[in-house]
Amino acid sequence: MDKMSQLLKLLEKTDYIEINEFRMDFEELELQLMPAMQRVVQQAATKQAAVQETIKMMEAVDFVPPIKDYPGEVAQVQLGAGTRKPVYLGGQQALYRFEEPQPNPPVVTFDVFDIPMPGLPRPIREHFSDVMEHPGDWAKKAVKDFGANMVTIHLIGTGPKVMDKTPRQAAEDIEEVLQAVDVPLVIGASGDPQKDPIILEAAAAAAEDERCLLASANLDLDYKRVAKAAVDYNHAVLSWAITDINMQKTLNKYLMKEGLTQKDIVMDPTTCALGYGIEFSIDVITRTRLAALKGDQDLQMPMSSGTTNAWGSREAWMKNDAWGPTDYRGPIWEIFTGLTMMLCGVDIFMMLHPLSVQILSEIGSTFTKDYLTSDVPDISNWIAELE
Amino acid sequence: MQVTAMDIYRLLPQTNCEDCEEAACGEASCMAFATKLSEKEAQLELCTELSSEAFDKLEALLAPAVREITIGTGDKTITIGGDEVLYRYELTYYNPTSLIIDISDNISDAEFAERVNTIEETEFERIGEMLTLDAIALRNASGNAEKFAEAALKLKKSKLPLVLCSFDPEAMKAALEKVGDERPLIYAVNESNLEEMAALALEYNCPLAIFSPNDLEKMKQLSRALRNKGIEDIILDPGTFVQEGIGDTLDNFVMIRRLAVEERDEDFRFPLMGIPALTWIYEKDEVQGGIREATIAATLMNKYADLLIFHGTNIWELIPVLTLRQGIYTDPRKPQAVDPGLYEFGELDKNSPVLMTTNFALTFYTVEGDIKGKANAYLLVLDTEGRAVDVSLAGGQLNAEAVADLIKETGIEDKVDTRTLIIPGLSAPVSGEIEDESGWEVLVGPRDSSGVPGFLEELKGKS
Repeated sequence: MDKMSQLLKLLEKTDYIEINEFRMDFEELELQLMPAMQRVVQQAATKQAAVQETIKMMEAVDFVPPIKDYPGEVAQVQLGAGTRKPVYLGGQQALYRFEEPQPNPPVVTFDVFDIPMPGLPRPIREHFSDVMEHPGDWAKKAVKDFGANMVTIHLIGTGPKVMDKTPRQAAEDIEEVLQAVDVPLVIGASGDPQKDPIILEAAAAAAEDERCLLASANLDLDYKRVAKAAVDYNHAVLSWAITDINMQKTLNKYLMKEGLTQKDIVMDPTTCALGYGIEFSIDVITRTRLAALKGDQDLQMPMSSGTTNAWGSREAWMKNDAWGPTDYRGPIWEIFTGLTMMLCGVDIFMMLHPLSVQILSEIGSTFTKDYLTSDVPDISNWIAELE
Repeated sequence: MQVTAMDIYRLLPQTNCEDCEEAACGEASCMAFATKLSEKEAQLELCTELSSEAFDKLEALLAPAVREITIGTGDKTITIGGDEVLYRYELTYYNPTSLIIDISDNISDAEFAERVNTIEETEFERIGEMLTLDAIALRNASGNAEKFAEAALKLKKSKLPLVLCSFDPEAMKAALEKVGDERPLIYAVNESNLEEMAALALEYNCPLAIFSPNDLEKMKQLSRALRNKGIEDIILDPGTFVQEGIGDTLDNFVMIRRLAVEERDEDFRFPLMGIPALTWIYEKDEVQGGIREATIAATLMNKYADLLIFHGTNIWELIPVLTLRQGIYTDPRKPQAVDPGLYEFGELDKNSPVLMTTNFALTFYTVEGDIKGKANAYLLVLDTEGRAVDVSLAGGQLNAEAVADLIKETGIEDKVDTRTLIIPGLSAPVSGEIEDESGWEVLVGPRDSSGVPGFLEELKGKS
């Protein structure tokens, strides 16, 4: 190949030429390089025209964000009053933040128990083993060391088959936790349908005007008594149904007949853990939130997730070398379970592991910001930047 | 909006094939065929009585809201997209998210071979299904076209389909010269390489991804430009921001899918891809990085990601991702229940233990996996309408009367001399009632069925 052909070959894909230290016979330039230059210029011009055409056509394309109008909105529920710093749940007027940012970010409440809970998985005991004898200390550690927005005190010890603690003892435990922290409380009982309403009533009285969330009212127990305790002592009620939107509606209606309003109810549509029916919860929670925004007044309350259920999954706790260390599996299982519920619209999460809480909160905190207002890095060269 | 059977019926011949020997579609009527078509359980081609005009109309009508796209050829194929709805309860989601692991073209041969092997061998069994990874994404980390092509050639031996990642058309061309016949996904078009990448996609007939981070207007423009060039198989990457920007990324994913499903916006009716791997640019710690990468993956999978590229390969990170995918893509129209009744495991005699569980598929398969080959036992499976133990206990399907009936109906009393029933730990609250109702002695078994073989061993020791 002669020099000229080589040069032309090189020029084939060229848009422009920069020539350094140029030296050439003058006549040769006129006679031989000119046609070649012309061809290159022509090629470049054709290519440019194609690009121009593409650009021109692209400019004609308009993007309109798909924003909807929603006839309904989610009620805003205040938890914490009196000596508590209040926390607000719900209040959404749209499904997604690009339509209307959420007024309140999702909230996490740390699980604390009135007994040392020998059954808690090791990755959690590691963080709390020094405070598990005293619910007050336990709550304090959750707030001080791990930034809990709220604390859930589970009065497990009141269970007839656990320690059969009396309502009086339950009230004392509540007082201890109230003294220890100034965040709002969720108060849970033992899951005994006969005793729970009695325990919750005593706890509600001990925390009068502190606006706690009483967990829970459901169709299997004397929900009227729970509702009355909330009305009498100024608390909110957790309305718990088993992955059944109609059951949820019915229960909410019953509770509102007892004098509670939308602003006094939080719903727990039941969180099935990752791998153990999480898709049922996805469906029920999605449908519930869509119904609220469509205007169904019986379902317009904020929602809660018992994310802690994730720790019951064997993948979260069972030793199995083929699955890797439980130290990582447990927190991920809790994050996935909570995160999935959060993306379906859940407002408050009952959780156990500090790392899970941190990561969930980080993502949740973006829900209150406007679209395209966060600082983002330049990722245009990620292919090479990744190690 | 979803197409109804009536919409389809209007375009069918409506003759119910009364003059035909036999309806080629195999249905009793056009309406029945229309119903099958609307549920994606029949192929339009089965109808032999359609004019070509009607066929075209029906084909467009039946096209899913999100285009279904295949990557790879032959045995090395993945299919993504094909979705019709925004929420799974409305129908079901189609084609589970493809989980793909990246590999750099800038590592030693040994490292390369080892990583390919890890990707191919990763598996996790759950509810009778083997969960695996789907493809390999080759990254042009070297910035060198020759190296990229060489690495691509090495992947020809892999059993998994391929994604080629480079913004440099020269490198892409070099790699396609080696593996273009295997229909890899070309990643990606951006503003500055559109002409060249589009030409390559057409030349090699490969699907093509658009990369337009946080800019949906540009995304729409690029998509329109590619469509005008006759490119049909497009995948959209609106950028994956793994820190505060995850909120924007979520918005982008949701907006694109909403425009596709609800507004049938032709520029957005394509599968979505996310790149949780970007986590590792900012997080070097293996544990933190793995947890965060998995979290980003879960976020995007919940909101419509059809394809995800990972960097981490630790099994503890991938197990939850594989499990979430299995759950989200379960068809909600099919009951997740097994037949109730009596199941037998191992060698049995008149003294064999009798266990009980519910007919929720997840529960049953978990229990089955725990006792099969590890214990000899009868298993009574109670019809709880496909609910788990704790859920059916709270919902009332698991009750003493139902258990007593199950004992009678299965004839277990003729098979064993013992009258001892071992119930799941979570059903302990009704143990007394079951005893009263059935006349059997009830033992409360472990809360998790992994403890059953040990529990039975212990019982044997006692007797």
